[in-house]
Amino acid sequence: MKKYVIVTLCLLLSFGLYGCAPKAPEQPQAPADQGQGAAKRPVTAPEPEIKDVILATTTSTQDSGLLDELIPLFEGQTGYRVKTIAVGTGQALELGKKGEADVLLVHAPAAEKEVVAAGAAINRQLVMHNDYVVVGPENDPAGIKGAESCAEAFQRIAEAEAIFVSRGDDSGTHKKEKELWQAANVTDKGKWYQESGTGMGQTLNIASEKGGYTLTDRATYLALKKNLSLTVLLEGDQSLLNVYHVMQVNPEKFPQVNAAGGKAFVDFMVAAETQKVIGEFGVDKYGEPLFFPDAGKPDIY
Amino acid sequence: MELIIQGLTKAFQLLLRGDPEVLHITFLTLRVSGLATLISLGLGVPLGLYLAVARFRGREFLVGAVNTGMGLPPTVVGLWVSILLWRSGPLGRLGPMYTPSAIVIAQAVIAIPVVTGLSMAAVQQLNPKLRLQIMALGASPIQFWWLILREVRFGILAAVMAGLGSVISEVGASMAVGGNVRWYSRVLTTAIVLEVSKGNFDMALALSFVLIFLSYSITYALTLAQQRRRRL
Repeated sequence: MKKYVIVTLCLLLSFGLYGCAPKAPEQPQAPADQGQGAAKRPVTAPEPEIKDVILATTTSTQDSGLLDELIPLFEGQTGYRVKTIAVGTGQALELGKKGEADVLLVHAPAAEKEVVAAGAAINRQLVMHNDYVVVGPENDPAGIKGAESCAEAFQRIAEAEAIFVSRGDDSGTHKKEKELWQAANVTDKGKWYQESGTGMGQTLNIASEKGGYTLTDRATYLALKKNLSLTVLLEGDQSLLNVYHVMQVNPEKFPQVNAAGGKAFVDFMVAAETQKVIGEFGVDKYGEPLFFPDAGKPDIY
Repeated sequence: MELIIQGLTKAFQLLLRGDPEVLHITFLTLRVSGLATLISLGLGVPLGLYLAVARFRGREFLVGAVNTGMGLPPTVVGLWVSILLWRSGPLGRLGPMYTPSAIVIAQAVIAIPVVTGLSMAAVQQLNPKLRLQIMALGASPIQFWWLILREVRFGILAAVMAGLGSVISEVGASMAVGGNVRWYSRVLTTAIVLEVSKGNFDMALALSFVLIFLSYSITYALTLAQQRRRRL
């Protein structure tokens, strides 16, 4: 019996101690099978002073797979290591306001402006957009297909008391959804209005299982479509635009923020080469782009 | 049903082909949870033995706290440890947030009460006369503790298994303090959550099989040790 105990404890110990070893040189670059761009690109950039850049972002950029493509490119070009913390836009902005992140990539223009006005974020740049769509079951129990506007569609859902699954997590999508309910003048929501309190992917799954409607960004919907029995019932309304901005957390307000790293990431996101990658992302897989690059265009949002 | 078979096949493929990302995630999980378990053993076993034997004012209060701690939700631990480790927190200057070390700290906090509570229970199951007997035979304090430790070794093994099981399977704390950073602080449970939200159910299932296989192998080895001479 002793033998087994000793062997097992030794194994645990060796894993444990291995974990103690200094982490710095380990895996600065991901091994072989990352995005092709990363594999081909030699690391030429000099080692930055502070290596880690904390990126607080929304779940849609991660769940759609866009960041898996962009982050290795950025790391290869600059030598930084990005720690992506994918949470809802609400939480990402909150992390920025507390100085816990270095750079933010989010999609709630009104809330972003408040953070900039409060002095917590600087260098806010327009990156890209896609659009929100209202999805629901094929048979469309509330008959929103063909509604004149998004407001009308939301009113029809409320009148029919058809199930609507809300993110309920103060994310960018949730903020947008609340705006839309307000625009539709729907204030009393009954049992048909259900808050999932989870990310976009999970919320789509719930809506699909319950045969309900939900508001989603197009990118996440397309990425998950194969598992869902939901179709796009409303799109193209002006109010359904989904705009992403990148911004640095203000290093003057929070001295511990990696200022150079945050600036490098903002510059990277609006660089012509990156914008091209964003515009092409997803075309091979879904037959249409998931995001439309916007850097340099007038920022009217 | 089809999905389960897909997941199983995928798990085998990933492991046999030696998929670098899955291997990285698996080894990180082992390292982080192994280290957290070791720390919890180092602190929890002595504390448990002491609580079982010592008599002092406020002992019941402490024992109650340990027993409550055994069921501490990982998300709550994640939140507390985050507040300590954030840049704005008291330990923020050391920069440990969103690192594997942060996960080790949080998981150790989760496992310590489990190990302490079970070690304490193991000692308290011994015949109270044993203490008198050992003392009467003139054992030094070191000899006394060594004998007690020997008597409760099976109970301690159970504590190791429970401690490891509680940390290798938790997701709330790892997500909160580790951040689920790819190639860096992504462990099996947080990877599973991510794959589910990406809608890659086959991948999520495959990873869940890897996780179960891993915790089963470790627990099996410990169980062999525990059960070998335990036949009534």
